[in-house]
Amino acid sequence: MPSITPSSEGAPSAREDLDSVVIRFAGDSGDGMQLTGAQFTTASALMGNDLATFPDFPAEIRAPAGTTYGVSGFQIHFASYDILTPGDQPDVLVAMNPAALKVNIDTLRKGGLLVVNTGAFTKNNLAKAGYESNPLEDDSLAAFRVLALDINRMTLAAVKDFSLGAKDAGRCKNMWTLGLMFWIFGRDRASTIEWLKRKFKDRPELADANIAALNAGHIYGESAEMPSHIGAYQVPKADLPPGEYRNIDGNQATALGLVAGAKLAGIELLYGSYPITPASSLLHNLAKLRHCGVTTFQAEDEIAAVAAAIGASFGGKLGVTGTSGPGVALKSEAIGLAIAAELPLVVVDVQRGGPSTGLPTKTEQSDLFQAVWGRNGDSPLCVLAAATPGDCFRMAIEAVRIATKYMTPVILLTDGYIANGAEPWRIPSFASYEPFPVRFHTDPEGFHPFARDARTLARNWAIPGTPGVEHRIGGLEKNAASGHISYDPANHDQMTHLRSDKVLGIASDVPAAAVELGEDRGELLMVGWGSTYGSISQAVRLLRARGRKASHLHLRNIWPLPPGVRELVDRFDRVIVPELNNGQLVRLLRAELGCDAESLTKVAGQPFRIQELVDYAEARRKAA
Amino acid sequence: MTANVPETALTRKDFASDQEVRWCPGCGDYAILAAMQRTLPELGSTPANTVFVSGIGCSSRFPYYMNTYGFHTIHGRAPAIATGLKLANPDLDVWVVTGDGDGLSIGGNHLLHVLRRNVDLNILLFNNQIYGLTKGQYSPTSTLGKVTPSSPLGSVDQPLTPARFALGAGARFVARGYDTSKALPDVLVRAHAHKGASFIEILQNCPVFNDGAFAEITDRKTGPDHQLWVEHGRPLRFGADLDRGLRINPKNLSLEVVRIGDAGVTEDDILVHDETNRTLAFLLSSLPDVCALGVLYCDPVIAYDRAVTEQTAAAKARAGDGDIDKLLRAAHTWQVS
Repeated sequence: MPSITPSSEGAPSAREDLDSVVIRFAGDSGDGMQLTGAQFTTASALMGNDLATFPDFPAEIRAPAGTTYGVSGFQIHFASYDILTPGDQPDVLVAMNPAALKVNIDTLRKGGLLVVNTGAFTKNNLAKAGYESNPLEDDSLAAFRVLALDINRMTLAAVKDFSLGAKDAGRCKNMWTLGLMFWIFGRDRASTIEWLKRKFKDRPELADANIAALNAGHIYGESAEMPSHIGAYQVPKADLPPGEYRNIDGNQATALGLVAGAKLAGIELLYGSYPITPASSLLHNLAKLRHCGVTTFQAEDEIAAVAAAIGASFGGKLGVTGTSGPGVALKSEAIGLAIAAELPLVVVDVQRGGPSTGLPTKTEQSDLFQAVWGRNGDSPLCVLAAATPGDCFRMAIEAVRIATKYMTPVILLTDGYIANGAEPWRIPSFASYEPFPVRFHTDPEGFHPFARDARTLARNWAIPGTPGVEHRIGGLEKNAASGHISYDPANHDQMTHLRSDKVLGIASDVPAAAVELGEDRGELLMVGWGSTYGSISQAVRLLRARGRKASHLHLRNIWPLPPGVRELVDRFDRVIVPELNNGQLVRLLRAELGCDAESLTKVAGQPFRIQELVDYAEARRKAA
Repeated sequence: MTANVPETALTRKDFASDQEVRWCPGCGDYAILAAMQRTLPELGSTPANTVFVSGIGCSSRFPYYMNTYGFHTIHGRAPAIATGLKLANPDLDVWVVTGDGDGLSIGGNHLLHVLRRNVDLNILLFNNQIYGLTKGQYSPTSTLGKVTPSSPLGSVDQPLTPARFALGAGARFVARGYDTSKALPDVLVRAHAHKGASFIEILQNCPVFNDGAFAEITDRKTGPDHQLWVEHGRPLRFGADLDRGLRINPKNLSLEVVRIGDAGVTEDDILVHDETNRTLAFLLSSLPDVCALGVLYCDPVIAYDRAVTEQTAAAKARAGDGDIDKLLRAAHTWQVS
């Protein structure tokens, strides 16, 4: 891993080049660490770096101040090359109080830079964090380069002319800190200044005070008040493919993908949702797009949210609902109705730690079984998974395409990690996407609602308001030949197989399984899905750099599996399936392919570190 | 989507599907179905533009017997599905058919919210005070002491009054009728005319599991003494000779039944129905000895779906109609060359 090395003695005369830096901002959940991280992200993107971010915050909005469980963190990895993860280990830790230090110090690279706000290291705060003695005064931090500053005091000095109350003045300390970090890493302050002016346009004194704090932090670095062991660095631009870029997080990309998908289908969309972490921002993003043919419906509960989406699909719009695992559980019966009635429906599951309420703000990939099999009866549907924040755009379009073409519910799995994590995204041209216009059935001749397209097996979609094709649908079994209710045993057998064949047939309409990296045969195939994309990809790169014949397959089609996956898997000596759950995809692969895949799991609410994957692969290689 | 305008007048046959009706013989649902099939042509409705959405239960089989669009959904969720349908196409005439179990027990939450939001739906709640399709368990409207397979010692559940629930939820149109009533079509016509959520409680006899639950009200002999048909602007009078009426008792803010001529009671003492008065509607919804029928409350405000439509139109007028390329770039962007 690239690292920060101490600069030469004295104030830096020139900035030292670094390939990549990982910074973790950590403080109380009320300290504004997420905003600080987001501003650092924007500034870094504008500098032309590639980057990945990892917001890591508690479920409580304002947990009691000073406690370890109230610590909110934001990790950013920025680099001069293309990167795929927010980094295994921070090179820099900014700890705004003792609790933030306590929670994060073990992750900081030895020799890394530790910025601490001594103003918050009071006896009381030390006790709340569980420190018996002040770590700044013993040698417990000797492995790090410590920059201990009374940020509280310096912030108050910087904003004293704006006659703010003590609380508002104190809250500027994140901007002071950001200013200092901007100086150390040579970032431009302009985008943050602009943002502060917008954010506080109704309270200009707050905008001015925050800008003053930001500038003061920057000046602190600039005016060589810094100790000699702290350098100034720059991370040159990454060599990214040319084009127009923006930062995007997964929930933004999913929202845009759904809107784009509906446009390609030529219909409007209704998004029914009940607020739930970490899916709520999907609702917020879509609620802003009413002018784009989006109706958002904040329902009374998860069931009403999916029910409204199903009602909208019956009426000829695209019904979409978004939630997290607990919400999918509540929606299951209704999803079964959409399967039986064969209506298009997109369900976005932004996964989080489970079971039950679990870990609302932590990431996990443990809803795969629920998505594929979690309903009563034989109830097949299509399951897709997005790999990165930007990938959510493409997969949301694909979900809409499959739902409307096959008259089926599609579950799109994302998770808290890619939903909240951001990356620079090369903005595609909308014209590059092939439209897939919906054709409503209007011809009364020989009509019945369960007449099917011979190739896709999709039933025809006739919508209320159309004369001559009035019909009744519902959750009771239908006669395959007439669409009327039928309890006939042979008919139920036939309909069960029709529903299954229809969904399995989607496999012939999706890209064949292909490795992301490496050859299509070799010693090791790492098979991943969803947000582990970056970790696995980097791990495989490192293994290949060591001469290992390793490849990376990342599944976006979970059900049905894409064509060719069996043949591909069979061409490798060893198959490892890393997952952030207790082994779900691996079981599906074993059952479907009869393969001997090994499971590597992590259920800690945190993404894989690249090194964990490399170490495991190497250990297994040695053991063989 | 526009309604197809029929060239010739439609009749009840145009609204009857070819499916064999499978309710028990003597079920009150037959009469309600007939009233509906008779009323829709009068309303100028067309099969193409009419949708029946139901949940689960005996009443929820209703859509299969209507030659309109229909969606027989899942238990309790019809109001939510109908809300989505109405948002997808506000021009549709959407009727929700539910029962006391479907609407007030498993789907109570959705009924509460669809009424509160005032979605332009006509909601028919068939109240037979029993679970029929699951074979006779007590329901949220069953009377205290009701002996059923799941309450062999008698139900100790306090029952709910559907009309009062609807008023409490903020419904802007609340009416009541009963299955075999000749006046039921008039109530349906009023419900249809109201733009917003229209709630109609229909007392319905279940001859198998709860026969005669409303006999006192619906019986030809006893009925006149127990039915009070309310009409906006008319005195609240009832009885075979319309000799009784309701008078307000200001001391305890209640309605009391009085007989005109008794102890100096005159016609002028009888309260006049004001269907825009929610407090009066509350009092009428749960009278002790007589059942108020007809439109208890009607005081329209803008329907939810219309408010959504207007908001969307304004957003489109303000921000254009959503150029996707522009939308993707509606953020801080930069060029990499």
